[in-house]
Amino acid sequence: MPTVKGDGMRGLAVFISDIRNCKSKEAEVKRINKELANIRSKFKGDKTLDGYQKKKYVCKLLFIFLLGHDIDFGHMEAVNLLSSNKYTEKQIGYLFISVLVNENSELMNLVIQNIKNDISSRTPIHINLALHCIANIGSKAMAETLGPEVPKLLVSGDTIDEVKQSAALCLLRLYRTDPHCIPSGEYQSRIIHLLNDQHMGVVTAATSLIHDLVLDNPDDYKGCVSLAVSRLSRIVTSSYTDLQDYTYYFVPAPWLSVKLLRLLQFYGPPEDPANRNRLNECLETILNKAQEPPKSKKVQHSNSKNAVLFEAINLIIHHDSEPNLLVRACNQLGQFLQHRETNLRYLALESMCLLASSEFSREAVKKHQETVVTALKTERDVSVRQRAVDLLYAMCDRTNTEEVVGEMLDYLEKADYSIREEMVLKVAILAEKFAVDYTWYVDTILNLIRIAGDFVSEEVWYRVIQIVINREDVQGYAAKMVFEALQAPACHENMVKVGGYILGEFGNLIAGDPRSSPQVQFNLLHSKFHLCSPPTRGLLLSTYVKFINLFPEIKQIIQDVLKSDNQLRNADAELQQRAVEYLSLSVRTSSDVLATVLEEMPPFPERESSLLAKLKKKKPSAVVEEKKPNKPITVEVNNTAGESSTDAPSTATPVQLPMVQAPNPTAAAPSTDLLGLDAAPAQPAQTFNMPGAPPATNNFGAPPAAGQSTLLDIFDAQAPAPAQAPAQAPAVANASALSPGAEENFCKFICKNNGVLFENDLLQIGVKSESKSMYCRLVLFFGNKTSMQFSDFSSTVITPGELASRLLVKAPPINNVLDGGAQVQQLITAECVQEFSDAPLLNIRFVCGGSMQYVNLKVPIMVSKFFQPTTMSSSDFFSRWNQLIAPAHEYQNIFKANFPMDRDGNKTKLMGFGIGLLEGVDPNPDNFVCAGIVHCKSAQIGVLLRLEPNKAALMYRLTLRSSKEEVAKELGTLLSSQF
Amino acid sequence: MLQFMLLFSRQGKLRLQKWYQAHTEKTKKKITRELINTVLTRKPKMCNFLEWRDLKIVYKRYASLYFCCAIEDKDNELLTLEIIHRYVELLDKYFGSVCELDIIFNFEKAYFMLDELMLGGEIQETSKKNVLKAIQAQDLLQEDLDTPQSAQ
Repeated sequence: MPTVKGDGMRGLAVFISDIRNCKSKEAEVKRINKELANIRSKFKGDKTLDGYQKKKYVCKLLFIFLLGHDIDFGHMEAVNLLSSNKYTEKQIGYLFISVLVNENSELMNLVIQNIKNDISSRTPIHINLALHCIANIGSKAMAETLGPEVPKLLVSGDTIDEVKQSAALCLLRLYRTDPHCIPSGEYQSRIIHLLNDQHMGVVTAATSLIHDLVLDNPDDYKGCVSLAVSRLSRIVTSSYTDLQDYTYYFVPAPWLSVKLLRLLQFYGPPEDPANRNRLNECLETILNKAQEPPKSKKVQHSNSKNAVLFEAINLIIHHDSEPNLLVRACNQLGQFLQHRETNLRYLALESMCLLASSEFSREAVKKHQETVVTALKTERDVSVRQRAVDLLYAMCDRTNTEEVVGEMLDYLEKADYSIREEMVLKVAILAEKFAVDYTWYVDTILNLIRIAGDFVSEEVWYRVIQIVINREDVQGYAAKMVFEALQAPACHENMVKVGGYILGEFGNLIAGDPRSSPQVQFNLLHSKFHLCSPPTRGLLLSTYVKFINLFPEIKQIIQDVLKSDNQLRNADAELQQRAVEYLSLSVRTSSDVLATVLEEMPPFPERESSLLAKLKKKKPSAVVEEKKPNKPITVEVNNTAGESSTDAPSTATPVQLPMVQAPNPTAAAPSTDLLGLDAAPAQPAQTFNMPGAPPATNNFGAPPAAGQSTLLDIFDAQAPAPAQAPAQAPAVANASALSPGAEENFCKFICKNNGVLFENDLLQIGVKSESKSMYCRLVLFFGNKTSMQFSDFSSTVITPGELASRLLVKAPPINNVLDGGAQVQQLITAECVQEFSDAPLLNIRFVCGGSMQYVNLKVPIMVSKFFQPTTMSSSDFFSRWNQLIAPAHEYQNIFKANFPMDRDGNKTKLMGFGIGLLEGVDPNPDNFVCAGIVHCKSAQIGVLLRLEPNKAALMYRLTLRSSKEEVAKELGTLLSSQF
Repeated sequence: MLQFMLLFSRQGKLRLQKWYQAHTEKTKKKITRELINTVLTRKPKMCNFLEWRDLKIVYKRYASLYFCCAIEDKDNELLTLEIIHRYVELLDKYFGSVCELDIIFNFEKAYFMLDELMLGGEIQETSKKNVLKAIQAQDLLQEDLDTPQSAQ
């Protein structure tokens, strides 16, 4: 048994030895139970327990607890120890409380009372015990009761340094629990000035506190910037002997340096030129020191020196304003990429990802491509290889896509299973984002499926289909390639899905070649059928029925397959239903009907790639660097079908087949998934019961998960009366989901006030709105397009959640009958109390032709409607612009142009947005700068805006600055979709 | 901010746990088990950092003990390694070439020491001298006030 330090509790040591000598788990439990019984009886019976014994037993209980056993008594004895006047008893009491007492325990009041006594004690060592306990528990009750005491201790001149250190961090913990415990104003400047304290330990602790305070209120604590810079400068220029014990392995105060550098990352470069120079000198010195020979061979020396260096590089990247420093940082990291320390290689790869997103250092990063590729191939540690993948992804652009993607594909074959799915996503995104030649894109994705089929998520194969459908020039090639890929003896089920879908749509493009005649195509697909899972079989059945349309010559063969018992009597209801329906469709209908039903898929509307969304979900940090071209694909929508999704279904629009899931992907989940399939679970099954209803963008053939859908025979709807079809058409069976097209139509009103908000076969809704200051008037015009009467007509506006308190909306009810061909108006008034981000919802319901109809829309009232334009001079504008430099004030988005980059058009949009366009203010005549005030009842929020088109790259950079972060962000998000 | 620190042996026995954020006992046990497994399966030459959920894990092995810290996204990995090292130095100085047994038998001291070095998940005192001074002051109070008692 080793010697026990200090007073030593021999009984405890004996007990621990006993436990260690236990040969089995059972023996240990037995020994513990014996001890627990002993302690329990001591606590119960023996009233004469002295402090020492109490301490010993409490300590034993603690030990038992830390071994992983439950402890349900002894808490009271521990609390008793707190009021002991012996330090060690108090100390054990506090330790027990910190580890074991739940913050909601009834004992907490007693504990707090004891803490209160100790905190006002005259012995610093007792005060510190109490402070440590607060910091360890940090409950809300403590913040309330003790909150006022701690700041006093922190700033009082009488407090000794050791207590100040604990008080600073204790306050930090309480602040994290309850931000109100630091009264604003009085303490701010005194806390900031702790940065000047003589004692390095106090400064270090205080910097952590200030860090969190700044996080929430960068403006209030702005004064800390110059203090932090000068403190940093003093440390950086000091020699390692100056700071005595605060020098760690020849590095002066590394912890404080890192904390200061992190603190400065909350702000932009200092405005004051002297400060700015001083800071840049610090950063240069740190970079210079990295080149000096090491003062010690110990890893502690290099670790702490490099810790400071990496943090300095983070600050340089954050400022993103000194090209010289950025390039130097990049070169430094380049050296680390080949360092023998794995840790440094790991961190260098990570930091370089950030550098790759800066335009100043991007090229410098790309120089290291080869090293990074080598790292990917040779690193022995998967987490380092993962970083290399991240960096390759970040440094990829149009100039090196093929190489980077090639290398990643290469590596994918032997990549660790843990990172394959993410790599597949990344390859798919890059291939799509930078594809110049879409045949290359198709090859790449097919390769992906070939190499890592198991890791190709649905989003990936949805996306390739979307792209092929939207690009006529690649369709024939894609058909040829999938046909070839399917010939492989063992091909992945995902390949069958893609192949089945593409051949079903474009198989005719390669049917002229006898090697891929219709019959051959069909046989090839059908040879895979029995190997596939039910969803894929469903997809193949859809392909077969499309083949009947494309290739009438093999109709008989396919019908025979559909007729077979394997299909018609399939135990899987979904498959059986498909077989039955497809067979009937091909037997009963004329070829015209068949051709209409099975017409080629219309192009998909343009949306953000579902892949990025998926990657973000998988790994939020991985997409942070996506400041750059965010819009991944440049598929041209070659006709207006995307738009027409909001129009009434016309004969030209393909009718949707019955088993199609998720009516209209654009409405269901904008920007998330490729084909709208993800939205499927959210959609109730009835949604499918509407032949012809969701127009334009269906996702036929991408089958729902087995058993999920309720099928409705297309003939049920067809047979009774085609006339009824339109009546059913717009029914969105789900009473609460937004109607198809609601989101797009809402967006149409971001830059204009009048227009059509909704239209289908039954109903048209028009909008006119005007606003003044914080009030907005909006008139809805409901037009009945049919000759039938709508009864039980109601239109209600709801403001969900928080919005209710931020935006006061009044919408008086209207007449509940709307005659055929008639129009009715509804006046909606809104008052903006506070900035908001969600839009009010408009729920319309009525009965038409005996069936209940629901239309759910977003009311086009967004925060921009409360804009008032302002004018200002160039100097005014830029001086205010530069005042709002903190990251919290800024929203920035760099994105690809969605519309032609037309200057006049952009002007109109900006003015329609409500903000004041300032002409001749920006030195660059191509840029737009604007200023406006958002009027709310609670405040008037100034907003500055700058839109910088880059015609060469077809990109925009949109920057908004505002004293309110949420406003800048909300406005920016709204506006980004408009250019 | 440091979210928690775990000390465990090569055999996977937890020797010390310090949580700077409230978790239920169940969660703590789950996290501990998961991390011990992850860290113990890594090979010696691998890097000392890994991503885990939305945190970063920094770990280092000293003799038979693994020191494992969870830090947040923006925290500095290298300096976290040095927090571990400083803690080891402190234990070493205090116990005189520390071994796993010292930490088992004097676990309360190990906790007190950690509270002097770190508080609320942030570094409190980086000076070795000052931390040891504080601990010695505590021990002195103990010797002054406590009279030896019999065992059990």
